[in-house]
Order: sequence, then structure tokens, then C-alpha cells
Amino acid sequence: MAKMKTMILTGTAALLIGGSAQAFEPESDQPIKLMQADWTSMLVHTEILNIVLSTYGYTVEKVIADDSARYPGFESGDLTIALETWQTTQDKAFNASVGTGKVLDMGELGPHAREDWWYPAYMAELCPGLPDWTALKSCAEAFAAPETAPKGRYLGAPVAWGGFDEERIQALDLPFEVVHAGTDAAMFAELKSAYERKAPIMLWVYEPHWAPSVFEGAFVEFPPYEDACYADPAWGLNPNAAHDCGKPQGWIKKMAWAEGEKIWPCAYDIVRKFTMDGDEVGKLVYEVDVNGRSVEDVAMEWATANEAKWREWSACAAN
Amino acid sequence: MASDALRGKGFGWVYGAASVVVFLAVSILVLPSDFAGSPNAPWLGVAAWVDRAMTWLVRDASIGGLALSDLTRALAAAAQAPIEAMQKVLAEGWVTGAGFNKTQILPPMSWLGLTLGCAFVAYRLAGPALAIFAVVSGLYLASFGLWISAMMTLASVLFCVLVALLLGLALGIRAHRAPHIEPVVRAIMNVMQTVPIFSYLLPTLLLFGYGPSAALFATVAYAMPPMVHATVLALQAVPSDTLDLARMTGCSRRQTLWRVELPVAMPRLAIGLNQVVMMTLNMVIIASMIGAGGLGYDVLRALRRLDFGAAFEAGMAIVVLAVLLDRMTQAMARRQSAGTTGTSGLRTGIILAGLVIVPTLASLAVPALALWPKAATLSIAQPLNDAVSYINQRFFDPLDSLRTFALLKLMNPFRDALQMLPWPLAISAVAVLAGWLGGRGAAFSVFAMGLFVVVTGYWSATMGSLYLTILAVLLSLALGFPFGIWVAAKPRMQQGVQLLLDTLQTLPTLVYLLPAVMLFRNGDFSALIAIVSYSVAPAVRYAIDGMRHVPPERVEAAAMAGCSKWQTFRYVRLPAALPTLLLGVNQTVMMALSMLVIAALVGTRELGQQVFTSLSQGLAGPGIVAGLCVACLALIIDTLLKAAAARAVQRNGVAHD
Repeated sequence: MAKMKTMILTGTAALLIGGSAQAFEPESDQPIKLMQADWTSMLVHTEILNIVLSTYGYTVEKVIADDSARYPGFESGDLTIALETWQTTQDKAFNASVGTGKVLDMGELGPHAREDWWYPAYMAELCPGLPDWTALKSCAEAFAAPETAPKGRYLGAPVAWGGFDEERIQALDLPFEVVHAGTDAAMFAELKSAYERKAPIMLWVYEPHWAPSVFEGAFVEFPPYEDACYADPAWGLNPNAAHDCGKPQGWIKKMAWAEGEKIWPCAYDIVRKFTMDGDEVGKLVYEVDVNGRSVEDVAMEWATANEAKWREWSACAAN
Repeated sequence: MASDALRGKGFGWVYGAASVVVFLAVSILVLPSDFAGSPNAPWLGVAAWVDRAMTWLVRDASIGGLALSDLTRALAAAAQAPIEAMQKVLAEGWVTGAGFNKTQILPPMSWLGLTLGCAFVAYRLAGPALAIFAVVSGLYLASFGLWISAMMTLASVLFCVLVALLLGLALGIRAHRAPHIEPVVRAIMNVMQTVPIFSYLLPTLLLFGYGPSAALFATVAYAMPPMVHATVLALQAVPSDTLDLARMTGCSRRQTLWRVELPVAMPRLAIGLNQVVMMTLNMVIIASMIGAGGLGYDVLRALRRLDFGAAFEAGMAIVVLAVLLDRMTQAMARRQSAGTTGTSGLRTGIILAGLVIVPTLASLAVPALALWPKAATLSIAQPLNDAVSYINQRFFDPLDSLRTFALLKLMNPFRDALQMLPWPLAISAVAVLAGWLGGRGAAFSVFAMGLFVVVTGYWSATMGSLYLTILAVLLSLALGFPFGIWVAAKPRMQQGVQLLLDTLQTLPTLVYLLPAVMLFRNGDFSALIAIVSYSVAPAVRYAIDGMRHVPPERVEAAAMAGCSKWQTFRYVRLPAALPTLLLGVNQTVMMALSMLVIAALVGTRELGQQVFTSLSQGLAGPGIVAGLCVACLALIIDTLLKAAAARAVQRNGVAHD
């Protein structure tokens, strides 16, 4: 019954497009389920992919899913494609899921995630040695809150995101205490609060995100990350502890349900070629989050301006 | 008093006391003092067993050759079909294609038509006041650009309310008829209400799929329990002479139920219905985190970009839906119990259809009737955001010193004291208390649940939850009971207070929690605010309810006996209301516990946080076990309160005879 309805629907759609110059027939009219979580860049990217795939006649559904709760869905085919999987928070779960053989790593999206300790520009006056991390040893008190004084207060990401900040503080012997925010939004709410009052704050910030483009500030420069830093205590300044360095910069990858490759080979090819430029992503996110425009409008605008680009990704559909 | 009770129970208590002493001695002598395990190194790997059991349940379990997951998927599909159909009618219209070849074949119902139709029904059910409220609500949703999201939410909410209502009623009737299963049903309902949805989210998603149906399942699981409680309570309160009369007039069991018991119980059933509506809309945020879309998703998106004003607008739309839905269903229930149902009829139907269809057809020609024109969309988001910034800049320092004081002088010491409590002592003490209040069975179950928390390694996290819950419940009761008792004597304020309580229960906590985080930072103080603002509502509600149901003849008798106002309150009203007040305490505790998981979103470190952590690691086991620990807390407190209530009723009865 449902299938018949879809057939009628696609039939009508085909009639309506009628004259336009595309004779491409999708491999299957089964719906491709695009996963979207609740942050902006993923919404824009997913909508762009939706526009592209729909234009070639694919049946597409957007399914809202939690960032962390997505894996069983991909393993069972409830979800088909996700355009953003961040190494910085999903590394372990993603690799484990790919390891089952039921999920495909579809390559990098393009932008790299940077995340680390971050402070607003006005704090540089109170702690002149910044951004070099060694400055934190002497001016931690400038970052203190009543319950952490005389130690500095570092607002970390939600516990679930990991990040090894407790370990970092120990290994580098920093006079700081970690307070974990509950969510992304709660973390940036504190930044907004402090920034408005020019009050001290040191927190975890990540990019691409709208915050660094609205709030002026800088990342603390820790000894640069190497794999050995996390794995081998002997590495780095502290011979007895791992994590005596900054955080790794992370990829953002696309992922897909493995079985789907057989159902929609061409769609999967398009997804593999789908890439975005980091600066461009920043601008799209800014349009939505700061200028308050709708995701659909911003995505459609991009698709109109970059038609040549996505037509090129879709070479397999352009016969 | 205690020694009386001890003597009364006889020899059992000697064994009980002896076993407590032996248990304490063994656990203190044999185990190292800090031996309570941790989630990573528990005594028993319960989480791992649960993990395996879930994998089996989801992958291999079958009923009569039919795989369980196929069954649940079919159920999900069956539930999803009406929701999707309703969403097409209300919000999306019939659309084909997307992207560069999107075409609309049929429009959704016009906002004007639905608003008018709703106002008409409201007028017929409850008169002009509700009709005006309906019109204002419709205009608010349309002109603030929230219409489509609101209709998406409405479609799923209507279905959830209906399912929760029918299931709750059926279960409640069943439990009432078989008193021996009532405690079991009660326990299961408490577990359903307190185990956070995120703790069993992974298996739920596997069984029901992603999207609205998993959200539907979660919502029903959360919103149904109050309906069951209310049904049992309402049926128990049907006077026995009414039942005798039914029996004498020769009613069958079914006739008695439908013609006598339910109509008589209707006012109390309506309280259950109210709670179902409120809790369903309260779940809108969490449901949208797992795929329901609609207004909850708008709130989350707005909060992601710290647009508190926009989040407030979308949040108020949820409140508007809740209040409208509640008032209309309440009016329906009132008419049902008054027996005045027969006003529908053909003419009403035709007028209603006309009101909805004419603007919808007109919307084909006038797009403004299909969707409020974007250029004319209103918003108060900017001034709201400015207000939050202003408060932040002007009042942060005094508020922060308040927070620092509460945190350093009250909350942290209390938390540390609970954390330092040796668990063998704590568990035995609570078990002894339960035994004193409710007998051996209560003592044993409390002891077993306490031990579960220890062996699974969540003792420390559970104490973290307990400390927040105790503080939140005490604060809620301290605020809610006096306020409710005060309001109960002022009938003219009822409507306003009702609106306030409904707002507290349905305005998504995160909407005001994140501005609170700006003022009070991440951590336990903000979490406490979140929990109290939610759990204060049942405290007020039950206080009002209890005070209003005091038999007037008792109050009159007291007045004739020359009691002062205070004496009447202390010796007549309060004792008569005590059972209801204790139920209020119980519900306050349940609400507080069910908020732990939201509180975790502003950075607590307790069971709620453990649930999120295990979710982010993709592990079902630890999440479920941590969720069960929340339920253990709930059940222990419930056991104690229930036993205390039984004693209070008993003693009251003695006092009045």
C-alpha cells in the first residue's frame, strides 16, 4: 500500500517535471533517510543534500536523531546517511560502528574541527602571557570563581564528550579546576554571560561554530598534539603522564548504512563527492544563527549559487 | 511509640534486629571503608548482563516465531500512520518532490479555519471565555510564525494523549478490580515515570525505529502513570452506598462501571486527564530530541544559538496548546459527568465544517490564509534577549553571591555528608525505618533496592541524586504547600493559579534554565532551580485539592465547638487533608526525580549524568542500570511515604472515632 502510494507520488512528480532536461531514473524509490541532529552546520548540509538528491528524483526523508544515539539506526538501516560525524566527540563510537561492517565511512566532509581551551580577548590584559599556556600557571587566579579560588575555573564540555581535561591539568600541573557544562548551549550561555560583563572565563570552545565569529577571543596554545602524547606517558614535558599537550584537531566525516550502497549506488557516489569548504560552512552557519534566516532559505541559496558544483558531484545521475 | 510498635510485631523483630547487627558487623569489619564500587568497577557486572539481555531482546527475541522487533516495528508503523496523516492535514498539506522540483498538490488546513473551528467548539463546550482564548491562541501561533511547528506537535500530542488516556484508564480499572495487583501496578507505574527515557533510548530506537514513533512510546510511558493512579483513586472514592444501590437495581458489572462508577468518579478522573495532557506536552522537548520535530525542536534550535527570546516564543506555544487542550477536554469531561452530551447534531457539524473548509479553500487564492505572511510576522525575541542581557549585567554580582552562599554553606556540605555516609549503615537505617512504618515486607524490599544500588556501583552517583532530590523536594513543599493551602481558601484566584501551574509544568524547563545558567553558571545550583520550578507544581496542586475536599460538616462542627481559625486548620482541616497531602509529597518526589535528567543538562554529576554518558558511549547496559537506580530511589521513598500515609490514616481514624 505504502509502496503504491510512493509510486503514484513519484509518478505525479515525474509528470510535473515533465519537460525538464532530466531523464535520470533513481535506482530505487525506497526513501533515503538523511539523519539530522540539532546543530546548524549539519542542518544546512543535510538540506543541501536533500535538495540535490530530490532534484534527481530520489525519495528523501529527513529523520531527526540524537548525535550519540544514531549508531544502532545506521546499523539496522533506519538511517541511511549522516553528513557530519565529529571525531572530537564521536571517534570511538564511530569506529566501533564501522567495525561492525554494517556502516560505511564515506570520507571527510572537508572542514576540520578545532577545539581547545579558549578565552575572550579582554582576558589577555589580565593574563599577559597568553595565548601561551605557561602563562596560566601564574595567572590562574584571574580565572577563579568563589568556589574554586585560588585556583582558576575551567568550564569544560559535557562529561559525555570526554576531552581529558582533568588529566591535562594534572599532567601540566595547572592550578585549575574543571567544571563540566551540561550541554553545548549551557556552555555558551556562560560565555555569553561573562562576555557581556567582561568577566573572567576560560572554557572549551570548538569550531566550526558561530561563537568564535561573534565573541572575540583566542585558543590557548598548548604543546601541539601528537598521538604519542595521549598514548605514551614518556612523551612531552611531563615524563610520568600522558595528555601533556593540546587537543587533537578532528575530522568531520560522512557515514552511511552499508547495505544502501547496493540500493542507491549513484546516490552514494554523490554523497562521497559531497564536500564543503570550512570558511564557507562558517558563513552559512553565521547566516542562520546570527542573521536568523531559515535553514531552507540558506541551503536553497547555496544550491542555486553552486549548481555547477553539485551537478558535477552528480555525474552518475546526469545521463 | 517505636517500642510499642516493636513489641506489637513480636519475635520477627528480634530476628530483624539481629540480622541488621550481623550485616553491619560483617560489612564494616570485612570490607574496606570506601568499598562501594564504581560504575567502572562494580561488584556485579549487572550493566554488562543488561547489555547482553537487550541485544538478545532486540535481535533474537521472538513470540511464537514472530520476532519481537518485527512486532514492535509493526506497532510503530500503525501508530505513525495516523500521526503522519494528521500532520499532512494540519501542517504540511500534500506535497511531492523536494528541492528544485517541489510541488504542493493540496494545501494544509488554513490557520484561520482551524482557529475559528476551535473557537466554535470551545464556545459550545464552555462558553465565550474559552472561545476568546482559542482565538487569541490561534492568532498568537499564526502571527509569531509558529503555526506549522505547532500543528506538527499538535498532531502527535493528540494521539499520545488519547493512547495514554485509554491505556491508563484500562489499567486503572483493572488494578482497582484486583486489589492484590494494585501495588505491583503502582510500582511499575513509578518505575515508568522515573526511569529516564534516555536510559532505555537505545533499545527503544532499535525496537520502534527512529522518528515520531519512538517519541510516542516514550511520551506514553511517561504520561500514562498519573492516569492510572487517578483512576484507582477515583474508583476507590466512589461511595459504597452508590455501589450498593447499583447492585440492588440489578446492574451488571459492566453497567455498574460505565453507568455508575465512571460518571461518579469523573471529577477525580478529570485530574488524571489534566495530568496526562500536561505531561504529554512536558515531554515535547525530550520527544523532539529523539525525532518528533515540531515546537520542541524549535526550542532546542533557538537555545543552540542562545536566542532565549525565540525559545520562549516557541515554549509559550507549547503552553498555549497545553492549556487549550486541557480546558477543552476538561469541559468535555464535565459535560459527560453532567450527562449533557447531546448538543452535537448535524447543524453543529455543518457549521464546524464550513468554518474550517471555507478559509482553507480561500487559501488557494489568498496565500496569507494558508500561512501568515513572513513580512508581517511578529516577534518579541529581541526585547526579551535584551532583558536577559540587562539583568545579567546589572544583577549578576548579588545573585552570584547568593549562589556562592547556598552552594558553599548549604548544598556542598549536605552533599558531602551524604557521600560520606557508610552505605551499610545508611541502608540498614532506612530498612529499619521502613520496617517500623510498614512491616517486614517493606523493610526487605527497601533493603534489596539499596543493595542493588551498591552492587551495581552507582552508590556515589545515587547519593548525588538523593541530595539534589531531597533539597528540591523540601524547597518545593516549603513553597508549594503553604501557597496551595492559602490559595484553596480564595476561589477567585483558582483560575489564575491553575494557569500558572500549567505554565510551570509545560513551559520547557530549558527555556528558562539557560538564562538561569547565565546568572547562576553551570552546576548544582542551576539544577536545583530547574527541579524545584517543575516539582513545585504538584505540591501546590495537591495542597489545593486536599484542602478543598475537607468535608464541610467537619469544619462546621469545629466552628460550632468554638474552634479558632488556627485550631480548625490544625485539628480538622490538616488531618483530613493529610492523605492527599502525602500523595502530593509522593508526586513531588516523582516529578523531582524525573527532572534529574534535565538537570544533568546544566552540569550535575549524578545518575542523570551517568545516563547521558552511557548514551554517548552507545552502551545500553549502564544507562538502564543508572536509570533503575533512579527508580530504586523513587520506590524506596514511595514505600516509606505510602507506609507513613497508611499509619497517618489509621491514627486519624482512631482520633476521630
